[in-house]
Amino acid sequence: MNLSEFLSPPGAHGLPSGPNDKIVLSSRVRLARNVRSFPFPGWAKKPERVRACLAIQPAVEGLPQMKDGFTESMEALSALDKQILVERHLISREHAAKAAGSGLVISRDESFSVMVNEEDHLRMQSLRPGLQLKEAWQAIDAMDTALEAHLDYAFSPELGYLTACPTNVGTGIRVSAMLHLPGLVLAEQVNQIIQAVNKLGLAVRGLFGEGTEALGNVFQVSNQMTLGESEEEIVERLSKVLAQIIEHEENARATLLEKKPKVVFNHIGRAYGILANAHSVSSKEALNLLSLLRLGVDHGLFPGVDRTLADHLFIMTQPAHLQSRHADRLSADERDIHRADMLRDALRKVNRPAAPPAAPPLDKGV
Amino acid sequence: MLCMICKEKEAKIHLTDVKQGEIKKWDLCEECAKAKGIDDQSFALADLLMGLGASQELAPAAGADAMPGETACPACGFTQADFKKSGRLGCPECYVTFGSGLAGLLKNMHRGTRHVGKMPRAQRQGRELQEQLKALQRKLDDAVAVENYEEAAHLRDEIKGLKQNLSGTLAV
Repeated sequence: MNLSEFLSPPGAHGLPSGPNDKIVLSSRVRLARNVRSFPFPGWAKKPERVRACLAIQPAVEGLPQMKDGFTESMEALSALDKQILVERHLISREHAAKAAGSGLVISRDESFSVMVNEEDHLRMQSLRPGLQLKEAWQAIDAMDTALEAHLDYAFSPELGYLTACPTNVGTGIRVSAMLHLPGLVLAEQVNQIIQAVNKLGLAVRGLFGEGTEALGNVFQVSNQMTLGESEEEIVERLSKVLAQIIEHEENARATLLEKKPKVVFNHIGRAYGILANAHSVSSKEALNLLSLLRLGVDHGLFPGVDRTLADHLFIMTQPAHLQSRHADRLSADERDIHRADMLRDALRKVNRPAAPPAAPPLDKGV
Repeated sequence: MLCMICKEKEAKIHLTDVKQGEIKKWDLCEECAKAKGIDDQSFALADLLMGLGASQELAPAAGADAMPGETACPACGFTQADFKKSGRLGCPECYVTFGSGLAGLLKNMHRGTRHVGKMPRAQRQGRELQEQLKALQRKLDDAVAVENYEEAAHLRDEIKGLKQNLSGTLAV
């Protein structure tokens, strides 16, 4: 089966929603594992990598969680397919650069994805909508337990699961959440929050992980330390920090609306104006405008519009997703034009933002 | 700000080096930085990933006599020089080969130096059996101390059974 047939068209049935998804877009838990008898992928020669892949990938395919899943060698995927997978957060940008000797398995519902021979032999993730760190951990824990029956993991009683990079050794876990924080950005408080979170030994990154910009006011918060703390403790610690960030974001939005309502409505109104009328929009601009559209929905300025519309467009306006709808190869300029066409079309059914209500109905039921 | 070395040119490269709790700041111009070997190429990836000085940390593991870069992992041939370049290890066995050098690195990087958390089932069962065995051994000692030989004989059999079980698990 080819990838485009396998992947769900985002928004076709409405994006899945989850708890707290006004602010938390998604939760993810990733485990790094290696098999004892093979060198790590970065050091292994190509034949060794291919052999490791042949030993590992079938074990993953056979997992009950992967029934009717998608499995492929990275060599067989086109550059466009790989980029689509990156935009869906199903593989890392590093993995997109791999070819022969690396593989990929995705579960039918796309909630699990396993990269074979990325930086480690196995990078497996559980991805869930909204704030569901604990659920994501339990899901990937169960899959890992099922897999360990088939593979001899590199494990030391002292250092735990052994990984190519010493920064991941121990639990090999990375717990992360994707947060939409337009309130904190508009209130110019986000840097303070980032610094405070960094002091707790947690990392804050942009939309596509390591070394990327926080486009569309989206930030990824994750643990960095993996040794000396159990998985549950890490999940618990991150959950507590997230609860605080959510509260700060709620407060920032409420305060802005109270103290500087015109600033908020101005941003949202202008974003709507461009999205609904422009004829060329870059992917970066689209993300930033859609973030404001989403904020407008949260503030009740677009009655009858669901915030999943913004989430759907968030994905569909990405370069590879846009390209995949067109047979001819588009230049960046052409993509900007097609993107604007798509946005105008999507916003035709959306009325311009309601006049600011006297008492803005802030969605408290999070 | 002027360069700390030549004190003539504008400092464009600013480094913060933390060693044993001491913070040292360097403000250098491009020429002096290059002369000191701090340019894009020699700025090892390992340093970037794990803090300045990380790439040197592996050296002690090789033993004091060995020249840096000389010790190779017997399992995969990976050397310290390779670690300096990539910031990654070669194979699981490297954790043993470069163990003592890594210890310092891991201490700076993580919350602890010992793994806490999930372990593969075989390991976990082995450990649980070990702990059970220890507890039974203590009971046996107590029973012998109070001359309760009937109880002691019973415990001895139980320990014997457990030990057989344990060697079975470890063989897996």
